[in-house]
Amino acid sequence: MPELNLLWLQSGGCGGCTLSLLNAEQPALMDRLADASIRLLWHPSLSEASGNEALEILRACAEGRQRLDILCLEGSVMTGPSGTGRFHMLAGTGRPMMAWVEELAAKAAHVLAVGTCAAYGGITSAGITGPSVGATGLQFHGEHPGGLLPASFRAGAGLPVVNVAGCPTHPGWVLDTLLALSMRRLTEDDLDALHRPRFYADHLVHHGCPRNEFYEFKASAEKASDLGCMMENMGCKGTQAHADCNTRLWNGSGSCLRGGYACISCTEPRFEEPGHPFTETPKVAGIPIGLPSDMPKAWFVALAALSKSATPKRVRENATSDHVVVTPAVKKTGLK
Amino acid sequence: MTTRLVGPFNRVEGDLEVRLETEGGQVKAAYVNSPLYRGFEPMLSGKAPGDALVIVPRICGICSVAQSAASASALRALSGLALPDNGRLAHNLVSACENLADHLSHFYLFFMPDFARDGYTGRPWFERVAKRFKASSGSATADVLPARAEFMHLMGLMAGKWPHTLSLQPGGTARPLEQAECLQLTALLRAFRRFLERHVFDDSLESVGGLASLSDLAAWRQNRHGDLALFLEAAEDLGLDRIGRATDVFLSYGAYEEAHGHLFASGLWRAAQGHPLEPDAIVEDLSHAWLAGDTSSPAQGQTLPLADKPEAYTWCKAPRYNGGVAETGALARQMVAGHPLIRELVKTHGGSVTARVLARLLELALVLPRMEAWARQLEPKAPWCHHGDLPDDASGTGLVEAARGSLGHWLTVKHGRIANYQIIAPTTWNFSPRDEQGTPGALEQALAGLPAPEAEEPPLLVQHVVRSFDPCMVCTVH
Ligand code: SF4
Ligand code: SF4
Repeated sequence: MPELNLLWLQSGGCGGCTLSLLNAEQPALMDRLADASIRLLWHPSLSEASGNEALEILRACAEGRQRLDILCLEGSVMTGPSGTGRFHMLAGTGRPMMAWVEELAAKAAHVLAVGTCAAYGGITSAGITGPSVGATGLQFHGEHPGGLLPASFRAGAGLPVVNVAGCPTHPGWVLDTLLALSMRRLTEDDLDALHRPRFYADHLVHHGCPRNEFYEFKASAEKASDLGCMMENMGCKGTQAHADCNTRLWNGSGSCLRGGYACISCTEPRFEEPGHPFTETPKVAGIPIGLPSDMPKAWFVALAALSKSATPKRVRENATSDHVVVTPAVKKTGLK
Repeated sequence: MTTRLVGPFNRVEGDLEVRLETEGGQVKAAYVNSPLYRGFEPMLSGKAPGDALVIVPRICGICSVAQSAASASALRALSGLALPDNGRLAHNLVSACENLADHLSHFYLFFMPDFARDGYTGRPWFERVAKRFKASSGSATADVLPARAEFMHLMGLMAGKWPHTLSLQPGGTARPLEQAECLQLTALLRAFRRFLERHVFDDSLESVGGLASLSDLAAWRQNRHGDLALFLEAAEDLGLDRIGRATDVFLSYGAYEEAHGHLFASGLWRAAQGHPLEPDAIVEDLSHAWLAGDTSSPAQGQTLPLADKPEAYTWCKAPRYNGGVAETGALARQMVAGHPLIRELVKTHGGSVTARVLARLLELALVLPRMEAWARQLEPKAPWCHHGDLPDDASGTGLVEAARGSLGHWLTVKHGRIANYQIIAPTTWNFSPRDEQGTPGALEQALAGLPAPEAEEPPLLVQHVVRSFDPCMVCTVH
């Protein structure tokens, strides 16, 4: 594999996607980058170059003196106030970061939006009162094509901006994307409609959730720390959110659901403004409005009624407890 | 007088620019600019109070748990709930995991690589330091990243994921552990202890935590091969124990609640004396920030961007305690808590680069044994979380310690919605701009007087001092 160089910039985000990246394992970050033949031109947290030395690298890329294979942006593009970009001036340059990003994206062979901020605007574009800070994604604004860059934008090698969405992103999502790029195995067909790599976005968070047995019987949690399914009362969007969080675990053995809280669909555009409190499920006539996207409502209601009536005592009682209170029965006979 | 603009300062969290006014190769005055504004405080207005638990961690990817803990604590103050023992222990364990991982990344990834710069070629320690700490290629990175990632399995177990967990709740944790998970917790803490004792200290945590004086430290250093000893060697050669002094006023809200009081006490250390913490003494001055409004207590404060304000040079507010500048962080925490070695160090030369770094590494040695004890105290079958409704009209404050220092959330709820939410982050204290009286913030003071030779770009000592505070710029302005 030929060596690909990578420039990483941060704007209106929290740095969480970089910090998440440091959690990469088997092997750890530096080895995984080396294995994908990635060389860091500059990364704000990992590189030695500071001040002018760092700016010189950016200038060389922008002026075409340095080949730029992969540009990663973490954090949203800050266009405010009123389109000036002054909410984020790149330190030492007196120039808005938004202008740097636009200029560098035009030179890069590949452009990655790392995290939901850079992909769609993310948490920085939340807020129902107060003036807008003008946060937007690289090539999407929320779910709408066209952010800082137009919907027609294609990077040098032909792909649109690849949206490694997630808040934060899983280190595996970023590193597998980089590996796929360096193996030339990422085509436009490998991206979904929102330009997320399909290797993780063709899954639902619901898949592999340890609460699936509770889901089957609609045995629901009622408060934080309960063991039951969180779809009915706790705002969980696992049946609609595209990600493999319950099969590709976080920090060894974790996921939001395993951590006892709802999936807030952080890989989706506009997750930051669900239109209801995050951990409450909006309902109409007692029925959650955000039902699994591929299931007709009438069926869901009928099945839920049926399965609720058949819920075993064990599942029902455990659902609203913080520990297993009724254990699976141990069969008295030796027969299996 | 020449003006130099230094930035971007990398290997800090977020974006930072420093304007230096120099004369004869020396810093006369420094002006610190936090050039990113995202508006988290106005974003929270109008939301359901519980939504803060989703939003505030996303202020900062490096100390997201600290933000969660402050928010949960402010909501707890609203609700009148008390934490059950398991809940308190879980909050401590999750917070400590983030704080220690932070100390580790700061030392290895952010701070030490500056000693491996070409400018130090020829120093007696240079070859060894460069081999170990060169940015991204040094041997330390290969040791530290896997150890850190494995230690963070605690987050997978107790918090679902990191950063941005929702497990920490006002009444405890949403993630009760079973017996098997308590055992896994113990195993991973042991593994992290092994790493610290082998690589960082070359000694047991207990003997490092017990160093009680400068002469203890000098004797201890002899023939130690760990990374702390290597830092001390370079720092002594460069005189870093006399460099980077700010006001020597130290603030701590108190860290890690135990059954009786904090593991590290709360308070203010001023004029070589400890004082009890008075939260009402805190105000924020907006005179040099691109924000509209006047000095006020954070309970009443506002955040209204005003990009063209004359006199302003940063988005950062200037927090003041009884009108004065205070420094916060591991050094402040250990000064207030009374660690004898740290107190002696500061008494001798004042707060310094060496003191800040040493205090952080000492916390690794002091806190991990407590984490082991907290893990032993967990009782799987006892309650983990208390539940209750939030009142529709009330205000509450959450004061916690993040790795970088004192973090406060001030929250007012009206008609069941957030009416005002104000945050003062540790770096807001340390990297504050001038106030109405023209008094510079802590870093601005610490930089004044340093050599800044033209040939050094950016000046080496300036970098050590800036990074010794372990700044988090995304938190600063939020
Ligand atoms: S996507 Fe989320 S984790 Fe990543 S930078 Fe944005 S707020 Fe932080
Ligand atoms: S479970 Fe949902 S909220 Fe949690 S990380 Fe995955 S997609 Fe995001």
